[in-house]
Amino acid sequence: MDKIATYALRLGDDSLVLGQRLGEWCGHAPALEVDLSLANVALDQVGQATHFLNLAGEIEGEGRDGDALAFRRDVMDFTNCLLVEQPNGDFAQTIARQFLFSHYQALLFEQMTAAKDTRFAAIAAKAAKEVAYHATLASDWVIRLGDGTEESKARMIAGLDWMWRFADELFLMDDVDVAAIAAGAGVDKTALRAAWDARIDAVLAEATLARPAPRRATTGGRVGRHSEHLGHLLSEMQFLQRAYPGATW
Amino acid sequence: MVSAAPHGPPAPSPASATDAGGTSALHIRAILAKVPDPEIPAVSVVDLGIVREISADRVVITPTYTGCPATIAIEQMIRAALDANGFADVRIETTLSPPWSSDWISDEGREKLRAYGIAPPPKGAATASVKNQMAAECPQCRSSNTEELSRFGSTPCKALWRCKSCAEPFDRFKCH
Repeated sequence: MDKIATYALRLGDDSLVLGQRLGEWCGHAPALEVDLSLANVALDQVGQATHFLNLAGEIEGEGRDGDALAFRRDVMDFTNCLLVEQPNGDFAQTIARQFLFSHYQALLFEQMTAAKDTRFAAIAAKAAKEVAYHATLASDWVIRLGDGTEESKARMIAGLDWMWRFADELFLMDDVDVAAIAAGAGVDKTALRAAWDARIDAVLAEATLARPAPRRATTGGRVGRHSEHLGHLLSEMQFLQRAYPGATW
Repeated sequence: MVSAAPHGPPAPSPASATDAGGTSALHIRAILAKVPDPEIPAVSVVDLGIVREISADRVVITPTYTGCPATIAIEQMIRAALDANGFADVRIETTLSPPWSSDWISDEGREKLRAYGIAPPPKGAATASVKNQMAAECPQCRSSNTEELSRFGSTPCKALWRCKSCAEPFDRFKCH
């Protein structure tokens, strides 16, 4: 797969894996409204994944569509960041993951909307509106839990602490990013970091939470080095196509 | 109406400027105006601004949300309506750009939503702000003494609200 296709694949994999993770809450969330919220965010993510994975398949030009890429690749071929594959944990841990990721995704898509490659720009412009909503939802909950009871605060702190070591990977750049930027499709992610820090810090301050202590960054997702968690997620998500390859209905 | 929105090039069909093409486009519009949204059958796909362009040989549609499960059903329903009315050769194309906005819901569509029990988004609100927080008007009693229960509702395009005057819960079409 060439670098521009890989760039689209990474975007699609981030959304797909997070959408699948959030879907695990369906029917299990602490309240009906929360259940609806998480399912809706999941749906948006899966929708974005469909567009980016279809685009990746189109650029690759070997006849694979979004479904083929989602259901017929094994764990080492997935290029999502490690943050999105982290387990849901409790509700606070899920919100911590969403908070860090949605603010990153919001900044990324805001920039990508101006990309010269209109295929990327069109998906980003559409997704940016959805993700702005996700970022607000997650921020509201960080504030509510952080500035809540002793119990909710302790859980929010623990959730952020779990997720924090995966934040640096969001802004890492390699030859795929450089090629995508040169082709007018990609975004300079290192340039997003300052704005991300500012948005995160503003919400944490309102939530009366301290920024988690710096952790050694854990990376590798972009090149297929994943945590054990992703394999379990895929074994569920891909069950049907593994049991009945090529099944349609 | 929606086809007049500033979007893309004019209809490419050479026939579209003539009587033949123009008549076909009008005919197709009338057919699509009867195709209901599968999630909110009170309004048509034209009312919602999903139909972006109609010409003698193609219909261009756009999804409301990237993951809206109704997108596939909508395309199938439009296909079926075109086929049933002798327009089997008219193709359906999907575009993402410019992204759909709740500002594209027609005035007629807004009234139909209200009558159906869904508070329509204020016109122009999506352009003004994604996070529009203006109080919704209760579709039951028209009170503005309302509150948001959940930013997300039963479909991607709706939020859950409650009227503090008549105590009824209701759906609000999200500003998007």
